[in-house]
Amino acid sequence: MKTDLVLLAFLMFLVTYPSRALGLLTPGIDRLPGRALEYLQLVGPAILAALAAVAVMVVSTDAGPRFHFGLEWLAVGACLAVVAWRRNLFLGLVTAVAIAIVGRMAGLG
Amino acid sequence: MADVQGAANSGEDLRASRRRLIAEAAGILVSAGGFGFLYGLAARDAGFSPIEALAMSTLGFAGAAQFAAVGYVASGLAWPGVVLLTALLNARHLLYSAALAPWVRDRPFVERAVAAHLLTDESFALTMAHFRRIGRADMWGYWVAAIAATFIPWNLATLSGVLVGGSIVEPRQFGIDVIFPAAMIGLAVGLVTGRREIVAAISGATVGVIVALVAGPAIGIIAGGLVGPAVGLLIPAAAAHETAPLGSRASAERYSMPGARYDDAPPEPGP
Repeated sequence: MKTDLVLLAFLMFLVTYPSRALGLLTPGIDRLPGRALEYLQLVGPAILAALAAVAVMVVSTDAGPRFHFGLEWLAVGACLAVVAWRRNLFLGLVTAVAIAIVGRMAGLG
Repeated sequence: MADVQGAANSGEDLRASRRRLIAEAAGILVSAGGFGFLYGLAARDAGFSPIEALAMSTLGFAGAAQFAAVGYVASGLAWPGVVLLTALLNARHLLYSAALAPWVRDRPFVERAVAAHLLTDESFALTMAHFRRIGRADMWGYWVAAIAATFIPWNLATLSGVLVGGSIVEPRQFGIDVIFPAAMIGLAVGLVTGRREIVAAISGATVGVIVALVAGPAIGIIAGGLVGPAVGLLIPAAAAHETAPLGSRASAERYSMPGARYDDAPPEPGP
């Protein structure tokens, strides 16, 4: 069984634990400049949106990356709408998967 | 700490608050299980082995970062890039940690060190609500929120998802390939608490796609993740309409998985 990514998981732990522990173990040194905190607050939405957009809109081919348009747009867009409307990520994921399944059964994408 | 002691008299009865914590934790448990299962499916779809997927869940133990890591690995991003983006994505925990610190500063160092690893959006949301109800720290409540409601179901569900995913011959027919991007955009929506986040998300996505088409998906993701926040900061604070600053109770509720809603909770006094 492949275990290469266990080391990556450990590295992820090494860079995550300090942010979890810093305030709890050394109160007082957690105060970052205000602008840095504001930047950090925006990192999450930006990275996640970039990941979603690249995953759905860009496909790798032998000739290089290509723009892609397909059923995945609808599925992911529906998830976005459901989460924004119901504040329920799980429901959004189920909706996206259902659209993908039905769409492909119907021969779309 | 004096404020914490002072607030004790206005808190609810400990047992009543614990009962409520358990009820709230049940909602988190169910959603953590479902979400963890989907993470396991997505990880398997990206080529993770069961041990690798489980290692992410036990060591990383951060849903958004784990889902993101699936995408990083699938896009061929080099490990230093994965580590950098993980650090940035998980940096919000610093604020949770700082918010909890005044409540637990009298606890043993080792206990706080262990508690730190289990600090997630969900455990923070559940615990802070519980602490504020009773006006003091109650580590029993923290362990229930962090271990019983989150860590155990998340890891069991991860294992289930990756094992089930491995037995599916044609994942695409079951829509498993859309779980990852759908989870990413859903999590992004959950992090939007003002106009800056919206601008950062749209900018990050736009820059990410453009750069990905030119330089490849991995570079695009990094570019979007780093440039998006900078563009978001161009929105003046006065026009940002920020509703849930990072580290606040309101912020924790926004980050929480479905089920964690505390509409009738008491106001945020601060320890």
